[in-house]
Amino acid sequence: MIALEARPEPSQLYAWLSPVIALAMTVAVATLLFIALGRDPVAGLRIFLWEPLNGTRAISEVALKSTPLVLCALGLALCFRSNVWNIGAEGQFVLGAITGGGLALWFTANQIPIGRWAFFPLVIVAGALGGMVWAGIVALLRDRFNASEILVSLMLVYVANLFLSWLVFGAWKDPKGFNFPQTMSFASDTNLPRIVTGLRMHWGLAVALVIAFAMWLFMSRTFGGYQQQVGGLAPAAARYAGFSSRRALWTALLVSGGLAGIAGAFEAVGPMGQLTPHVSTGYGFTAIIVAFVGRLHPLGCVLGAILLSMFLIGGELAQSRLGLPSALTGVFQGVLLFSLLTCDTLIGYRLRFGNRSRAVAAS
Amino acid sequence: MTDRLTLTGIVKHYPGVIANDGVALEVAPGEIHAVLGENGAGKSTLMKIVYGSVRPDAGEIRVDGQLVSIRSPQEARQLGIAMVFQHFSLFETVTVAENVWLGLDPTMSLAEVSARIVAKAGEYGLDLDPARPVHTLSVGERQRVEIVRALLTEPKLLILDEPTSVLTPQAIERLFESLRRLASTGCSILYISHKLDEIRTLCSRCTVLRAGRVTGVVDPRDQTNASLSRLMIGAEPPPLVHRPARTGEIALAVRGLSLPKRSPFGVDLIDIALELRAGEVLGVAGVSGNGQQELLAALSGEDSRSAPDAVVLLGKAVGSASPGRRRNLGLHFVPEERLGRGAVPVLSLAQNLLLTRREAVRAGGWIARGALMAQANAIIGRFGVKAGGPNSAARSLSGGNLQKFIMGREIDAQPKVLIVAQPTWGVDVGAAAQIRAALLALRDAGCAVLVVSEELDELFELSDRLVVIARGRLSPPIARASASVEQVGIWMSGLWPGGPTEPVQDIRDLAA
Repeated sequence: MIALEARPEPSQLYAWLSPVIALAMTVAVATLLFIALGRDPVAGLRIFLWEPLNGTRAISEVALKSTPLVLCALGLALCFRSNVWNIGAEGQFVLGAITGGGLALWFTANQIPIGRWAFFPLVIVAGALGGMVWAGIVALLRDRFNASEILVSLMLVYVANLFLSWLVFGAWKDPKGFNFPQTMSFASDTNLPRIVTGLRMHWGLAVALVIAFAMWLFMSRTFGGYQQQVGGLAPAAARYAGFSSRRALWTALLVSGGLAGIAGAFEAVGPMGQLTPHVSTGYGFTAIIVAFVGRLHPLGCVLGAILLSMFLIGGELAQSRLGLPSALTGVFQGVLLFSLLTCDTLIGYRLRFGNRSRAVAAS
Repeated sequence: MTDRLTLTGIVKHYPGVIANDGVALEVAPGEIHAVLGENGAGKSTLMKIVYGSVRPDAGEIRVDGQLVSIRSPQEARQLGIAMVFQHFSLFETVTVAENVWLGLDPTMSLAEVSARIVAKAGEYGLDLDPARPVHTLSVGERQRVEIVRALLTEPKLLILDEPTSVLTPQAIERLFESLRRLASTGCSILYISHKLDEIRTLCSRCTVLRAGRVTGVVDPRDQTNASLSRLMIGAEPPPLVHRPARTGEIALAVRGLSLPKRSPFGVDLIDIALELRAGEVLGVAGVSGNGQQELLAALSGEDSRSAPDAVVLLGKAVGSASPGRRRNLGLHFVPEERLGRGAVPVLSLAQNLLLTRREAVRAGGWIARGALMAQANAIIGRFGVKAGGPNSAARSLSGGNLQKFIMGREIDAQPKVLIVAQPTWGVDVGAAAQIRAALLALRDAGCAVLVVSEELDELFELSDRLVVIARGRLSPPIARASASVEQVGIWMSGLWPGGPTEPVQDIRDLAA
């Protein structure tokens, strides 16, 4: 018999070990899945866990995909810690792509010369504003009408995607684009500066890492971050202390929307170089998993983003090299999150093996 | 005659603590047996073992002479054992009737359960609406649900864990009568309490626990408070010194405060008026659920819907001010719920300081961690909080120690007005004495202190003047010297001149 016994104190050890065990469980499930599909499990795991890190180009691709994941996950971690359940980072990401990409399009269409480094801060501001407006709608509806932020933020994802489609099928469509739903390619002046010539990773990565560090300082060292988290941990204590729950709501959503918007803008003027209806490949949703795998800790988000990027790339490689569906990525993401939530039980509880009632009967 | 319940050699280890260490207990049929001990002495664990919600590591349980292994509360109920927990085991999201239903014969309809609740509650003078969701009930009302739920199972052995803290003196009398009647039918009662007077009134035998071991089995009627205290804590608590009050200016004035209830099961506050002077303790008596929560929220600022001049703090109209602004003006508040309101359970003691203290917050919101740790250490030391250190999580502390820390946090801020709800609820005797002494010291230093408590003994011990709250109205003040427990008890039913229920319509009003 296995029994769960409450720990007197939540285990710090398991708070760290839980993601590791969850990853091990995911690997185990993956192994079984590869065997069931008649593939060599070693080759399969290699595709997901080793190939994405094999070589400079591969690492650059991981860094490229990690950038939006880190940015979105940081904002979500702040939201979740504040008990604000924003699951619409995807929509805020798309809005950032529209405002950031729109700015690049304006510079391109009007042939205004600007240096890459001069454009860099402008696109950050544009993307942030777009994401903040989209998240601001959620905050407003929750604040004024007590609408569920979970539903509103999720619904706004679809609105954002349709808005993007409306633009690229209509007003923003490239006149010389053979009627494809896409904008013209942005002028190279507006592209993100790259870290290494010839590799796609860009300086947005550095921005994401700096923001991660700043977010860590905010959450652990400032009174503002403390107020946010008390609101999430014990709303009655926050009311008792006089911390404004409205302020916490707006702060969490505006910061999170802004960061997702920056991620979207980076994606538009970075690897995409134009706007299409498919500017996001689900970064905003994947970032939810990243935030939880990263223990809602800013630095954990960075590690989680790297792991989930490897999954994303591994899925593509599995499709091209092993002929497996790239939907495997989604399966592994799900297994990882599921295992993680299961393993988190071990933070508050310990397992006891054997029949404990024997001692009573024997005495 | 075979004992109803016999425990021998009960041992229960928790990680790091021995809650019960070879405990023996014998209860005869029809006996009212007290289990006395400080919080943390192992009383609750022992009772949970009898009730099957905790398994002992070793030891033997006999019911009516039969060796039994009680694996769950269901099995305990089948053996005729019922329990009223001190910490409630109610589902918050469903109604009173649905909660009670869970422990009863599942074939009964909800309407029948409701009818039986009303009948049983009436029998014992406990006012209870079966249709109310539990999350809207106050602490005292929740305890009533537990008592009625236990009585409905018609038990052979009833365990009561500190049941009287939420009753008026008259209702306690009625409960005792009911318990004696219950006992005379052959039902045994295990009565857990720290109120020595009650134990002496009600019980014929008393098992005293200290640190998980039995320190004595005595007839409490032959004992004095002092001798029982010695068995319980190894020493007598220091007597409380109550110096005459030197009152000053009016620190807090409430005039014409009326607030409609926020939740459908709250209480409307109706035309509340009170004056609290510097250097005095004003006690607010009342049965829980009569508007205490609402009044406290209106005073602390958690409910800031009042007209600005309905609450005047040190000459400033603050009726619509936030808790933070009132705190800046010198009003500090210790709420009834320690975990989740007075402190964030998972955060450390040091971090919990930041709820109401800003000394360690530097320009730009930067937290000076060294200063915060030093401040927490100082409070832990000054108020004798038993904790691992400033980094211990709030929830790792016992109720009494956390209360000492929270009281310390607010007293250390040198408040001009201190409002305290249930200062010693669930706190052991030693810590309670210390907390009361600290409150009186604060009063002597010129602070205006408002104490809301459901324990009349405590109010009579601490207060210079008393007011009574009933059905959202506040009685006029009476000086403690001229007040009697009987009078205050009657006022607790709203029966003061001009109070909400002047003529007695129904005898149940007296107990409600």
